[in-house]
Amino acid sequence: MDKKINLVTASQIRNDIPDFHIGDTVAVSVNVIEGDKERIQIFKGIVMGIKGGGISKTFRVRKISNGVGVERIFPVNSPKIAKLEVIKHGSVRRAKLYYLRGLTGKAASKIKEKKRVRKVIEDIVSESNNNSGNGVSETAETVKENAV
Amino acid sequence: MIGIIGKKIGMTTVYESDGNSVPCTVIEAGPCYITQIKNKDKDGYDAVQLGFEEMKEKNSLKPLTGKFKKAGTPVLRHLKEIRDYPINELKEGDQIKVDIFKEGDIVKVKGVSKGKGFQGVVKRHGFGGGVRTHGQSDRLRAPGSIGGSSYPSRVFKGQRMAGRTGGDNISVRNLKVVRIFSDSNLILIKGAVPGTKTGIVEIYKN
Repeated sequence: MDKKINLVTASQIRNDIPDFHIGDTVAVSVNVIEGDKERIQIFKGIVMGIKGGGISKTFRVRKISNGVGVERIFPVNSPKIAKLEVIKHGSVRRAKLYYLRGLTGKAASKIKEKKRVRKVIEDIVSESNNNSGNGVSETAETVKENAV
Repeated sequence: MIGIIGKKIGMTTVYESDGNSVPCTVIEAGPCYITQIKNKDKDGYDAVQLGFEEMKEKNSLKPLTGKFKKAGTPVLRHLKEIRDYPINELKEGDQIKVDIFKEGDIVKVKGVSKGKGFQGVVKRHGFGGGVRTHGQSDRLRAPGSIGGSSYPSRVFKGQRMAGRTGGDNISVRNLKVVRIFSDSNLILIKGAVPGTKTGIVEIYKN
């Protein structure tokens, strides 16, 4: 049965939206229609959570605007989203960042940035292993040094 | 009145070009076959009998199988009659497909609502129930008085009480056709439609 629903939704699912995760700082460009004019408004904030899946998947973005917390929920596949840009990858331990609502001041808009060094090292190690086939620990160490 | 028989598949979202999301029910409608055409002279009224969903011959009843053979259609599971169908050049054995509708049409959908079992008056008839406070106990979802003791000394006929709920024939009017997929026999209708998933529904247009 689901296959038939997918048939209906397949043409509407957007593939041009980049991969983003909870805790990331994103800038969402939204098409706004004012009278007969159309312009783009940018909503920049932290992704608090992702809900649902398929065509009805939504994400919630929070920002602090003039000292007031503002949250917006966007459907990922909505044609109103002109563009989505991931500015920073955040490192978080929750699936929903509702705790941000209780934070004030600087802490409210600050999330630890994700360290991606480890993944880079792993990639390089696997590559060099494939290429040469030297002792694994040796290469890993040298690469680590290089990376640091 | 034109119409078609279909099977409810589920609900989904459709985004309009201006970005609004429209909740839709997906119905697999047709292909239906005309199994019989009734007319005023012979049957006393004008109607078209439609059949939907093919099945194996061994699962059907013999008299029905004979009927389908006579009409020149496959063996079908569901039969429904539609009165005063504009026949024009239709004949027995013809297919009726979802393309009899078009986007933007206003339709009526009939189906059997989900069965909810034995329910109390609050759910079944929307009674208010009793008060929570003021020393009450066991009165929260009670129906209240169903008749006076001196007058009328009985319970009036038709007094709404608890009982089996759901599983009724329900028709919903003024639903809008959002989209039609002729190749896969799917029709998208805005809003909810009575019945379960895989439930049989009828779609009509005047």
